Amino acid sequence: MNRNAKTAVVTAVVVVLGVAGCSSSKKAAPSISGTVVVFAAASLMASFTTLATHFEQAHPGVKIVPSYGGSDTLAAQITQGAPVDVFAAASTTTMGTVTKAGDGVGTPTLFAKNALEIAVSPSNPDHISSLADVTKSDVKLAICAATVPCGAAATKAFAAAKLTPHPVTLEQDVRSVLTKVELGEVDAGIVYQTDVKSAGSKVAGVNFAEAASAINSYPIVVVKTGKNSVGGQEFLNYVVSPAGEQILQAAGFQQP
Amino acid sequence: MTDVATNTAEGRIRGADPRARVPYALFVPAAIGVVFLILPIAGLLIRTPWHQLPSLISSPDVRTALRLSLETATAATAIAIVLGVPIAWVLARLEFRGRALLRALITLPLVLPPVAGGIALLLAYGRRGVVGSEILSVFGVSLPFTTAAVIVAETFVAMPFLIVSVEGSLRGVDVRYDHAAATLGASRLFTFVHVTLPMLGPGIAAGAVLCWARALGEFGATITFAGSYPGTTQTMPLQVYLALQNNPDAAIALSLVLLVVSVAILAGLRDRWLRA
Repeated sequence: MNRNAKTAVVTAVVVVLGVAGCSSSKKAAPSISGTVVVFAAASLMASFTTLATHFEQAHPGVKIVPSYGGSDTLAAQITQGAPVDVFAAASTTTMGTVTKAGDGVGTPTLFAKNALEIAVSPSNPDHISSLADVTKSDVKLAICAATVPCGAAATKAFAAAKLTPHPVTLEQDVRSVLTKVELGEVDAGIVYQTDVKSAGSKVAGVNFAEAASAINSYPIVVVKTGKNSVGGQEFLNYVVSPAGEQILQAAGFQQP
Repeated sequence: MTDVATNTAEGRIRGADPRARVPYALFVPAAIGVVFLILPIAGLLIRTPWHQLPSLISSPDVRTALRLSLETATAATAIAIVLGVPIAWVLARLEFRGRALLRALITLPLVLPPVAGGIALLLAYGRRGVVGSEILSVFGVSLPFTTAAVIVAETFVAMPFLIVSVEGSLRGVDVRYDHAAATLGASRLFTFVHVTLPMLGPGIAAGAVLCWARALGEFGATITFAGSYPGTTQTMPLQVYLALQNNPDAAIALSLVLLVVSVAILAGLRDRWLRA
């Protein structure tokens, strides 16, 4: 080919690729608007707030409306008809409540894993260094109720360690446990590694070996009851994307 | 004009038959209000899983929670009577500066959202609380996560009901009975115990019923201040909330039990005391 023909071909290829790129990016990011209602486990509060901010910046005109709580509470609300677009649970069991009722769209996607950690006050006055230390009679322990994912994981961890805990309270979600530790009302609380990280200097964390046998997998799914499933799907795609995973792992979550 | 009683002496004193004077327009919102209030209870009765009911409510967890609820509500009401009647007396009979402010502060738990009340209790009586930290360092005990904490939380939210009810009754009691007792040589305490208190009976009873019902249903302050643990601090409302998450039928059954207990107490007391 002579030089003019080569230039013409290269230009044509570049133009075609450019147009194809433009049109494919239009397909990849449909113009969504309105509100997207997201129900997320309490342990996802910090990371989902960041994810929501980034998502809203990338999609002007969209508002993420989050609601955080114990995954079992949120799942029950969805099955009772709460209008939700996306549900992110802290365990496959609580997600099962939603999918068994037929309220999920498709199969849920696992997007993160979380391990347990003991939270104590920064000075650790009771010198807690292992799971056995929290079962001592003079240590006030707070864990989640067994129907909440972090409570189920805690039960598994204690069983793996062959220990019997004597908690003073069974809280409805993991943030309540963290709050009780922050307020100094309890000496120790079983929370997630992400919670200890998000609390910063307010609590100190004590890792324990048995946490590896009680890791929670976090699934996410679009929910039928919502009014903005297109927006919900877009948000889900963002959460499971590499950018979303980066934010989750920065918060302390493990890869799914 | 159409009433039978108009021309009799009694009729002229009491007025015409009251039924003829009620504006009919009031019946419409009244009917709507009645339906609005009764429908949820009817819904509860309709949707109760009647054939599963015996197995759902005979479990030891339910009996424990019910016993705990009844005991703590009764203890809270007893404390409310012992502390609340004197407060009501002070508010009704004593003239002093700042009385209006005191009344406003006393009724604050009535309008404060229960969870906010729970947080306030933590900040006062918790391990790091204003008073709680002192109690912890001196006596080595802390209030949260004990049954006593449940009673404290329930008393905090329910006592204002009793105080308001008794203060209202006290204002209706004629002060001249007290003066008559004084002229006959009775001491202040004797007068209060033997003259004022008997006349206050219905008012205290009505206030106690309200207080008891409010204490029985308390959720937010209890779960925030006392925590939730079966047998110690998990009252019926907490158990209903927990059951709702994974066993809605059990939650319905527990709600029905609460409803029956509440209605039984209200019905039993109403005939004896509140008709007076």
